[in-house]
Amino acid sequence: MSGTLAKLQRMADQIALNFTAIGKDNAVLATADHIAKFWDPRMKAAIFASDLSILSPIARSAVENLRAGHEPPPQTGATEFNAVDEVGHSDAG
Amino acid sequence: MGYEPQADFGTPESRSDESVSLTVDGREVTVPVGTSVMRAAREAGGDIPSLCATDSVKSFGSCRMCLVEIEGRRGTPASCTTPAEAGMVVRTQTPRLAKLRRGVMELYISDHPLDCLTCSANNICELQDTAAEVGLRDVRYGYEGANHFAKSPDLSNPYFLFAPDKCIVCSRCVRACDEVQGTLALAVDGRGFASKISAGQASDSFLSSECVSCGACVQTCPTSALMEKSVKQLGKPERSVVTTCAYCGVGCAFRAEMKGEQLVRMVPWKDGKANRGHSCVKGRFAWGYANHRDRITSPMIRENIDQPWREVSWDEAMRFAADRIAAIKAEHGPRALGGITSSRCTNEETFLVQKLVRAGFGTNNVDTCARVCHSPTGYGLSTTFGTSAGTQDFDSAEQTDVFLVIGANPTDAHPVFGSRIKKRLRQGAKMIVVDPRRIDLVKSPHIEAAHHLALQPGTNVAVLTALAHVVVTEGLADEDFVRTRCDWDEYQDWARFVADERHSPEFLETVTRVPAATLREAARLFATGGNGAIYYGLGVTEHSQGSSTVMAIANLAMATGNIGRPGVGVNPLRGQNNVQGACDMGSFPHELSGYRHISQGDSRKLFEDDWGVALDPEPGLRIPNMLDAAVDGSFKAIYIQGEDILQSDPDTHHVAAGLAAMDCVIVHDLFLNETANYAHVFLPGSSFLEKEGTFTNAERRIQPVRRVMEPANGPIGQGLEDWQVTQLLANAIGCDWNYTHASEILAEIARLTPTFAGVTWDRVIAGEQLQWPVTDAAPQGSPVMHVGGFVRGKGKFVVTEYVPTDEKTGPRFPLLLTTGRILSQYNVGAQTRRTANSTWHPEDVLEIHPTDAENRGLADGDMARLASRAGETTLRVKVTDRVAPGVVYTTFHHPDTQANVVTTDNSDWATNCPEYKVTAVQVTPSNGPSEWQESYAEQARRSRRIAAEPAE
Repeated sequence: MSGTLAKLQRMADQIALNFTAIGKDNAVLATADHIAKFWDPRMKAAIFASDLSILSPIARSAVENLRAGHEPPPQTGATEFNAVDEVGHSDAG
Repeated sequence: MGYEPQADFGTPESRSDESVSLTVDGREVTVPVGTSVMRAAREAGGDIPSLCATDSVKSFGSCRMCLVEIEGRRGTPASCTTPAEAGMVVRTQTPRLAKLRRGVMELYISDHPLDCLTCSANNICELQDTAAEVGLRDVRYGYEGANHFAKSPDLSNPYFLFAPDKCIVCSRCVRACDEVQGTLALAVDGRGFASKISAGQASDSFLSSECVSCGACVQTCPTSALMEKSVKQLGKPERSVVTTCAYCGVGCAFRAEMKGEQLVRMVPWKDGKANRGHSCVKGRFAWGYANHRDRITSPMIRENIDQPWREVSWDEAMRFAADRIAAIKAEHGPRALGGITSSRCTNEETFLVQKLVRAGFGTNNVDTCARVCHSPTGYGLSTTFGTSAGTQDFDSAEQTDVFLVIGANPTDAHPVFGSRIKKRLRQGAKMIVVDPRRIDLVKSPHIEAAHHLALQPGTNVAVLTALAHVVVTEGLADEDFVRTRCDWDEYQDWARFVADERHSPEFLETVTRVPAATLREAARLFATGGNGAIYYGLGVTEHSQGSSTVMAIANLAMATGNIGRPGVGVNPLRGQNNVQGACDMGSFPHELSGYRHISQGDSRKLFEDDWGVALDPEPGLRIPNMLDAAVDGSFKAIYIQGEDILQSDPDTHHVAAGLAAMDCVIVHDLFLNETANYAHVFLPGSSFLEKEGTFTNAERRIQPVRRVMEPANGPIGQGLEDWQVTQLLANAIGCDWNYTHASEILAEIARLTPTFAGVTWDRVIAGEQLQWPVTDAAPQGSPVMHVGGFVRGKGKFVVTEYVPTDEKTGPRFPLLLTTGRILSQYNVGAQTRRTANSTWHPEDVLEIHPTDAENRGLADGDMARLASRAGETTLRVKVTDRVAPGVVYTTFHHPDTQANVVTTDNSDWATNCPEYKVTAVQVTPSNGPSEWQESYAEQARRSRRIAAEPAE
């Protein structure tokens, strides 16, 4: 499990680092939004249960917020998905 | 009925909006301005005999067969070089013309073998047809004079032959090579009677020349001088079916020309707008894998992966798989199950696999190979433009003035589109290449890039930010565009960010290794050179900052006003034929088809009501996360359709460990691929020639895939298309699916997916060129996106901070490895390695700069050990200055090499797309395969054993 947890911690830090340029408060929201939208429940559970002190400050705040049940509204175009009958968005890889 | 070659109008179509009317043989004809008299006559349903004219190349006027009489004009002008004019009165059939044509034909035939009955072009020969049209009955000169009859054929190319005795030196092949393909490998050597077609230098054969075997010359040859060997062997086809190539994301339309269920040849379909009648060596010729002896034709199972395979019935295979899935689900819950959809399979098959996982397994653990290629495109373009599909159709390139090609190698990986880019460059458009390696678009015959930014791998964001710095600080931004189309405040934040001195080309030069002056020139050219279009590939996405790079690209396009009209745009070049479609079909673990997040209650309800099940509201695992979870023991079973993750995904050791940890690996493929070494159930698949459905190409064009032969995975009449196999599995685990044809699945997709609302099977197979969204508002689809406004409001500028990758060179691993593709092989090579394409590329080689090679005592052709912190392999080196000092390059087409043993588990911050393009490595001389290669070869051999007798 430790190998996977280390990966998750690294992913959370990487996400936070790439949002740093939008300012700390926004970066915390965007990181939390990102993890909420793209991580599977066991990944979330693993990082919630881990020692958050080793995360970067932005990642730590984001994970703490999520763990407390505060899931932010969409923070980027990539997390604003189509509504049920909407045509516009696509995130084709 | 029966076989008809596709109509040839003799000269290219004119796209003028203005038209002219003329009279041809008493019939009134109206054609666009610029249309030749020949084409006007043929469009009117008549014909003018011709030999050197064909509608894929410009008129040439050499054969003197197409002469006509025009009232008020002297002589008999060639109709191919005479433009139609208003009021013209043309006569194409008069006694005078007949005499002239017969005389010319007589000369041609005096030096042409009269073995028509045994000729491979018998009845598909334009010379024969033309002789018939002009009524040639006799050759007064006899056949005893000097002639070319004894010339021996060039059989060197594996797919086609050149028979000089059949050549009439019309030069159509030379012009096709020049104008359509742009390789310029052919020439007419000599003059007059001595004229002959020559490939490369005098000492070359077709195979040793620069010829890339695209087939354009063969397609255009009017006789059997250039002919597919398959036609020589099999004879004239008896019917043809329009279908879509299953190789790259260009999605070329082809006519599969058949005799019964035997494919005789694949010929590009001229009405397909993705390729407009052109092809490459893969789609045109490399289809023999469909009948390769390695095809597995029976389902197989085994208790564990140390055992040999046991061939069983479909029923037994499905029972075995269903029992294992049920047991795992009972013990570990649905989230221990998952699946991978294939970007090589049809939309309908992909849709069913994700439906099986979500509705049948009861989990959202479904992903697709886009994870490891263009997932950052999804993230990046969604963030900036609101939608991530490519913004243009391929025709758009015809109006581009400046191409910016970043991390893509179209002439190898998307060859048909590469040829269209080269064509535009020869017309005067400019090219900027951003790539660590000197690709062919930097310099090749008749084209040369204005700038090549040979950056250090891993510094894409730095280079793009520096380009933006120049655009903003030198006042080159299109602020009018930005004010009307984008969020102005966000633009200003972004402009302040990029204008910072630390983003200047001079400051970043030490990081990017791109000379500041070159970068500035490139930025000025892109911003001021007219229509600027950005094309990019996996050299952008497969980095730890892949998503950031995509956003930086979008920022640059918006800042320079290059969005929303033909000729501009941001265009991801998709690797596989149906990557776009696989994503549209809901293959990602967090979303349903049509890009609706799984957490949205109303979206879920739409599917729940249609499917009659409850869906898990939480996103599932991505491929790398599935493998991590497998190693941890929480992920136990996977159904993989048409995907070879062991070879294609990074960090092979980790992939192998993940697969080995699972209790039920179901591989559904044509061949026992590398992943199947770890499988418990093997389900034989059907090739693209054996099934019905649709593919969606990189332009969002939805095209038909047609069944022209029986699936090989069963006795005659019992073969199954891939969606039928998925349906068997679904029903074995308790679903109640009753699809009888792929069209019914397409109807379900259209019912549940707004972008596909107007798509029907009948429209697709009628040849309608539909690019989604196909809706009431856009019933014919949408070739160019974001016209007049972004689809979701304002374009968003996003600040992209350059964050260097963790993968750094050091004393142990001092070189950077980057990977790519080569023309003749495709992806993991499962298809192309089983064709004669291996003639050109029998093994992966490591490109290394002469200085780095010399420092290591390596000469061209030596074997070398390639090692990273993840693993090591050996392969042959090719010493070349195509790569810069400090950079090495290889391909990943061959499992014996498995370049991905060396690549690491680094990935894109937003999407987990692996960082294939940057790995710190060391290269040292070697005298044999690595220990890993030897043990892997042995393991692969053992795991592919099939028991001779059914086990008791």
